[in-house]
Amino acid sequence: MNKILENRKLSEQVVKMVFEAPVIAQKRKAGQFIILKIDEKGERIPLTIVDSDAQKGTVTIIYQIVGKTTAQLSQLKAGDVLQDVQGPLGNPTHIENFGRVICVGGGVGVGVVYPLAVALKKAGNEVISIIGSRTKDLLILEEEMKQVSDRLVVCTDDGSYGFHGFVSAVLQQEIDSGQKIDHVFAIGPVPMMKVICDVTKPHGIKTVVSLNSIMVDATGMCGACRVSVGGKTKFTCVDGPEFDGHEVDFKLLSDRLKTYCEAEREAYEKHRCGCDGN
Amino acid sequence: MKNIGVGVMETKETKEKKEKVPRQKMPEQDPKVRIHNFNEVPFGYSEETAIIEAKRCIQCKKPACIEGCPVDVKIPQFIKQIADGNFMEAAKVLKETNSLPAVCGRVCPQEDQCEKTCILGKKGEPVAIGRLERFAADYERNSGSFTVQDVAKPNGKKVAIAGAGPAGLTAAGDLVKLGYDVTIFEALHKAGGVLVYGIPEFRLPKAIVEAEVEGLRRLGVKIETNFVIGRTKTIDELFEEGFEAVFIGVGAGAPVFMNVPGENLIGIYSANEYLTRSNLMKAYLFPEYDTPIVRGKKVAVIGGGNVAMDSVRTALRLGAEKAMIIYRRTEVEMPARIEEVHHAKEEGVEFLMLTAPVEYIGNKEGWVTGMKCIKMELGEPDESGRRSPIPIKGSEYVIDVDTVVVAVGTVANPIVPATTKGLETNRKGYIVTKDESGLTSRQGIYAGGDIVTGSATVILAMGAGRKAAKAIHEYLSGN
Repeated sequence: MNKILENRKLSEQVVKMVFEAPVIAQKRKAGQFIILKIDEKGERIPLTIVDSDAQKGTVTIIYQIVGKTTAQLSQLKAGDVLQDVQGPLGNPTHIENFGRVICVGGGVGVGVVYPLAVALKKAGNEVISIIGSRTKDLLILEEEMKQVSDRLVVCTDDGSYGFHGFVSAVLQQEIDSGQKIDHVFAIGPVPMMKVICDVTKPHGIKTVVSLNSIMVDATGMCGACRVSVGGKTKFTCVDGPEFDGHEVDFKLLSDRLKTYCEAEREAYEKHRCGCDGN
Repeated sequence: MKNIGVGVMETKETKEKKEKVPRQKMPEQDPKVRIHNFNEVPFGYSEETAIIEAKRCIQCKKPACIEGCPVDVKIPQFIKQIADGNFMEAAKVLKETNSLPAVCGRVCPQEDQCEKTCILGKKGEPVAIGRLERFAADYERNSGSFTVQDVAKPNGKKVAIAGAGPAGLTAAGDLVKLGYDVTIFEALHKAGGVLVYGIPEFRLPKAIVEAEVEGLRRLGVKIETNFVIGRTKTIDELFEEGFEAVFIGVGAGAPVFMNVPGENLIGIYSANEYLTRSNLMKAYLFPEYDTPIVRGKKVAVIGGGNVAMDSVRTALRLGAEKAMIIYRRTEVEMPARIEEVHHAKEEGVEFLMLTAPVEYIGNKEGWVTGMKCIKMELGEPDESGRRSPIPIKGSEYVIDVDTVVVAVGTVANPIVPATTKGLETNRKGYIVTKDESGLTSRQGIYAGGDIVTGSATVILAMGAGRKAAKAIHEYLSGN
């Protein structure tokens, strides 16, 4: 049982939640995630740890409302409890002083790239961050990203705020400017990560992506999260969640993420009309 | 029963009666009905039938059955109690040496253990020890009152157990009875290990596992769920916190895939995932429960073990019109229990023997639509003693499928060994133990069950848990 301390909308679809999890708060490192299950009938969903406070014993996550579970999660209030939180899981991000790094975050992926930017800055890197969303209202963590970045570029797909265009276009400009870029971290929707990798590959810039595969146990037991990296099958939960983006088979990842689309739609519909009792 | 006992002399008649009462059958759900539900298949013995069956036991002076039991259940004693109508007493005898009798009565391969060595089996059919065990344990549970086990005075020594599966639960039960302060750390959100995520409801109702776990809690065992040893905390951290010994019973825990092209297509599951979704997460009750599962119409399960049988029978219950077992050897070599194969056949499962997948075919959305198979023939025996399958050139053909479950075994999960310094593993990643005690290369750390032996049975894991508990007690009490 984990008590919720805060559950606040950052935008229409994106929510920040802080809950008690003292052991995880002490243990977690940048890049790791938790598995969360709301109640007895709930599913197990993986969510990246955005932040933690070892003193207070709290963990912060940011999630997007995409289906029944996340919708139900967003309706919880401070003081409510989560039945199960397991973690920290996955391998921590490999952090060192690479030199100049670019952190790219798209949509809710900004929440995932944020702890990396924090750790990279702390390790002495020059951190340039590029964050984007479809439209201004969906942009999250702008202030936080600004604070941990040497330079922050914001963009929106519809031009309602910042640069009008995709994060990949901004990254292309950064590369074209001729500066030496030592490392790129890109986290966001699958198409975004794929495009970012397409942009960096010709320049041989090492690009790490964090994958959001479907998981069940998240300890290497089930293989739901398998992905193909460099032609080899890997489990996102124990071999990842971060991989060399130039080796990832994004088509397979994208296909496998659609496995339960229909079922999820059905569950979400029932939830929205109140037919499921939640 | 009218056709028995036609002896001439009275004494002879009594003797013949004893020998000729047939092994009592357990009533079961009709196959046509049960493939549409997840309820348990057998109904269990009635009190009358249990007594009849118990009276078949001739109460050997030197019972061979006990030698066949990995946890040394006092078989003749508990059967005697049933024969005398003392059902609660029978359960008490069982629990002296077996912390999970309702489970063992259902999932132990008795035909290879106690019933194999039963003297009645030499000429006729052995006593149905498993069914009687199940009866006594169920009787106690359904009576609502538990026989309270004797627990030694707390000795203040803390023992940690990694994994709440059959090995861990058994070790915990034994140690708590000896007075230890026992905490089980379980990675999943529910205790039970393979008993809750692996074995389906129709073979082992989860309420039974919960009741047995509750029994251990009542004895004083603490269970911390959502606690991944190696991630949440390491074994060395547990020692720093004052635990004096650790038992590792985390199971084998990682699925084997076959490296066949197309194996990552959607609709292809490991048995671990398929069964975990259905059993632990109750996906068969979706959308009442939130976890979905693919409800395939044409389902192929690769493998010939109990896990394959559980998977294929689950597929039927999820609505498969065609459910197939694909196995590369023949039925004789299949490692599954005969009873499981029999149940699967009754339910309409097709058995495609001497067949193996060589490629999966998918559509443009990435869903599996077909499976290219090759026919096999049997050659010379391999290292397992079974005749090895040899592919027949040019025999490939395609089977239409929309769901595939790969049930060809498991390998060691590396999380615990990788995060525990000095813990020796073999080339397959399993933890090396010095002897039957389960002692590892590290002082105070013991291991048992699938993480030592590779995939085996519930009862062997329980046996390992029992032996390790004994060794831990000797280690910590200085005996």
